Amino acid sequence: MDMLELRGIDKVYRSRGKPPVHAVRALDMAVEKGEIVALLGSSGCGKTSTLRMIAGFEDVSAGLIALGGRHIHALPPARRKVAMAFEGYSLYPPLTVRENIAFALKSTQLSRNEVTRRVDEIARLVEIEDILDSYPRAISGGQQQRVSLARALVRDADLYLLDEPMGQLEPQLRAVLRGRIKSLLAERGMTAIFVTHDQTEASALADRIAVMEGGVLQQFASEKELKGRPANLFVASFIGEPPMNLLDADVTRSDGGYRLSVGTDMRFDIDGAGLDGEAAKALASTPQVRIGIRPQKIAVGTGDVRVKVVSNQWLGDQSHVAGDCGGRMLIAVMPGRVAARPGDSVPFALEPRHLHIFGRDGSCIRHAEVS
Amino acid sequence: MEHSSLAGRIFRGVALSLILIFFMFPIVWIFLMSFQSNDQILRIPPRILFEPTLANYEALISGQLRTAAGNLQISFMRNLFNSVVLSSAAVLLALLLGVPAAYAFARFKFRLGETIAFTLLSFRFAPPLLVLLPLSLYYQELGLNDTYFGIVWVYQLIALPLILWIVRGYFEDISPDIEHAYRLAGHSWREAFTRIAVPLAGPGIAAAGLLSFIFCWNNFVFALILASADKQPVTVGALAFVTASGIQYGQIAAAIVLSVTPTLLLALYAQRYLVEGLSLGAVKG
Repeated sequence: MDMLELRGIDKVYRSRGKPPVHAVRALDMAVEKGEIVALLGSSGCGKTSTLRMIAGFEDVSAGLIALGGRHIHALPPARRKVAMAFEGYSLYPPLTVRENIAFALKSTQLSRNEVTRRVDEIARLVEIEDILDSYPRAISGGQQQRVSLARALVRDADLYLLDEPMGQLEPQLRAVLRGRIKSLLAERGMTAIFVTHDQTEASALADRIAVMEGGVLQQFASEKELKGRPANLFVASFIGEPPMNLLDADVTRSDGGYRLSVGTDMRFDIDGAGLDGEAAKALASTPQVRIGIRPQKIAVGTGDVRVKVVSNQWLGDQSHVAGDCGGRMLIAVMPGRVAARPGDSVPFALEPRHLHIFGRDGSCIRHAEVS
Repeated sequence: MEHSSLAGRIFRGVALSLILIFFMFPIVWIFLMSFQSNDQILRIPPRILFEPTLANYEALISGQLRTAAGNLQISFMRNLFNSVVLSSAAVLLALLLGVPAAYAFARFKFRLGETIAFTLLSFRFAPPLLVLLPLSLYYQELGLNDTYFGIVWVYQLIALPLILWIVRGYFEDISPDIEHAYRLAGHSWREAFTRIAVPLAGPGIAAAGLLSFIFCWNNFVFALILASADKQPVTVGALAFVTASGIQYGQIAAAIVLSVTPTLLLALYAQRYLVEGLSLGAVKG
């Protein structure tokens, strides 16, 4: 059953003397019970607005929000049964860390022992036991963030909203906490949505990732699907590190298929038999497409595309080789060290089956074959 | 401060002393005057050493002013009492009205919001004399002339804008998400206002209340025109010392000392709130 349903959500900010800002457009999304969902996007993409509409701090301009079958978009925040960790931590300055966390349980009818037990338990989880008696002013940003996280997670809510929950933490601690929080959420079957602009965090913590841009939900899928079958050019270029190589290509018919040529330097033959009807129709009707290939799918040292090496970086576990091919930049990732110096001419191998093909409007015509 | 040289420290000490003497001199002089008789005060050259007398205070407290032309009734203690009542009531009313209004202006964007806030502030721009004549005519018609309520009401022109604009700034400095967190935990916005916003803005509210108390206390023209003798505060009451037989400097000085004392004590007591209030930015988030 869907725990949370967003249907046709619009958010328009109107302020006097300025044109209205359409922050979220026609957002449809359904989150299952026990699922962890990441809202991923660059700043200003509408992800935080979405979160705040679910929490009830922003009105929806249009659409409906249902949580556990209840329509909540018109309810005050207090009655929505959601818990939230804020990006700015928002701890109560006059209360100690322990009181801050326990405060979230105040409206429940729990015994004092039970409250203490729960606070201690969650404090252990996010490693703040030793600062429980400090005041928010006296602890660091990273500690405040963990307190804020604890304050949200300690509650019994239908939905947990986490706004950039780990942005201030050191990388090591972040990795540890991710694991712990994920198992806590899974163990208790808690449904959670968190906002992040960090892909690594999104894929480490979330079951599904909602990629947003310009207020529009671009794709809502697992990380594997986002990488392997990006719905459009934006998702293709946004997901993946380093980003996908994108090139403009001219389409010509060849016997039994299509030929995509990038300038005079690269040529790819696509077998017509391997295309479904939609894709064939789309290729037949457009003279130009954009093609994309993941850096991990380019092999260095073989192949027929000659490039001039611009840089070759060894990152300790992989090499990033950037090459110039007729004024276009190609990045390749190789698992081992590559013997190439800037200025060298080396061959790159780009195989047609690894190509993603996008129409000029950005929509996907063909995904790469999953290898 | 540790790095400053000896010369620097001496210079700073001297400069601070000079400034202190410059600003404190009138108050100290008045304090000394309040223990002298009129003759001693008017002596030329004036002397620092003199035989102190409590006659001025005695006259004020007993309400009997002995002058060359005979005994005069003055109601200084009554004036002092009026000042306390009027200023306290005015500040209390202004806090009751102004704090929720300040919160509304800080948290919510609404039609004409800025216009209303600015209009309230503009009461402070207009010279009071401008509104006094129409105001006194209206007050006569409404029967508010010479009532405590009428004066408390007109004092809102002084206290309300001050409280509104100072407290608004403090509310704006508190992250709204602190209240949001509280509301998500199952509380209404009214509870968030009274339990989170007001306590957090407490030092600011205290500072604004204190400032407007001082401004109300020092007001002269409103009470002069709108109140008769038994409702007048000390500022107006002090006029009584300018008598047909001369100006009673000693009593004026004693009256000033007595009328300054309550606000001075209040300010000293509330000093820590003022300092805390001014450093509110540090508790953000």
